[in-house]
Amino acid sequence: MTSMTIVRRIAARPAIVFEALSTEEGMTSWWGPADVPVLVAKADLHVGGRFQVRFRTADGLEHVCAGEFLEIVRPERIVMSWQWTVNGAPEEQESISRVELHLRAIDTGTELTLVHAALRDDASARSHEWGWSGALDKLTRKFGEARTA
Amino acid sequence: MVNYRTPHLDRIFSALGDPTRRAILARLEREDSLSVSALAEPFAIKLPAVMKHLDVLSEAGLIHRSKNGRTVTVEISPDPLKEAMGWLRRYDRFWSSSLDRLAKYAESKEAEARRKGR
Repeated sequence: MTSMTIVRRIAARPAIVFEALSTEEGMTSWWGPADVPVLVAKADLHVGGRFQVRFRTADGLEHVCAGEFLEIVRPERIVMSWQWTVNGAPEEQESISRVELHLRAIDTGTELTLVHAALRDDASARSHEWGWSGALDKLTRKFGEARTA
Repeated sequence: MVNYRTPHLDRIFSALGDPTRRAILARLEREDSLSVSALAEPFAIKLPAVMKHLDVLSEAGLIHRSKNGRTVTVEISPDPLKEAMGWLRRYDRFWSSSLDRLAKYAESKEAEARRKGR
C-alpha cells in the first residue's frame, strides 16, 4: 500500500466545502502548488464524469491532473481516480491512483479528510494503518533528505 | 520530477506495513550490519519466520544480504526508503498547499453566504 492521509478543519459548512472541491470555479482557486495559477479546470460532476485541471509551474512544465469521479455523495464524499501527466508524459508509470475526500460536519465547520492512495489493490489499502510513517521518517533521516520531486 | 515506479513502491510500503519488519529495519539502522542469527535473537519468533520477513524486505529492496562462508550478513539499503519518502513528500506538499488554499477559498465563501444571510 502506498497512501497518505491529511485531515483539515475548515471554518465553512460542508455544503460550501463540497462546492469548493467539485466546481470548476472552486478547483481553479485552490488546485496545485502555491503561487502556480490554474490554467483550466473542468469537472463533469457525476459518477463516471471526468475532471481535468491544468497548470504550469515556474520551470515551464505543463501539468495535467485528470481522472474520473467514482463516487459522489453530496456533501459528504467524493472519490476520484487520478493521473498526473507532465508535458504529456505520465508522472507515475503505469499508475492511476485514487483520491478520496471525506467531509464531516463539526461545530466550527467541516473536517475534511483526504486520502491519496497509489495502488490498484484497494482492499489492502484499507486493511493497513498509516502507523509506520514515524518509523519511516526516522529511518530515512539517517540517510539525509529524501530525493525531492 | 522523478518518475515513481508504483508497483515497486507498493512492495516497499507493504513491506513496511508489518511491525516485525519495521523493528528489523530499525535495528539494522542502529547496527549497520548483522548476521541473520544475531538479528533474529531479540524476536520472539523462530528463525524461519525471521527469514521470511527478510525475504519480503529483500524483495522490496530495503535490505541487502551477503554470504560470507556460513554466515549471512544483512544490511539496510537506503535508496528504496528515500524513494518511498519522495512519493509521500511530493503528494504531502501538493495537497498541503492545495488544501490551505481550499480552506481560504471555502472560508471566504462561507463569509459571503453569511453576509447574504444564508
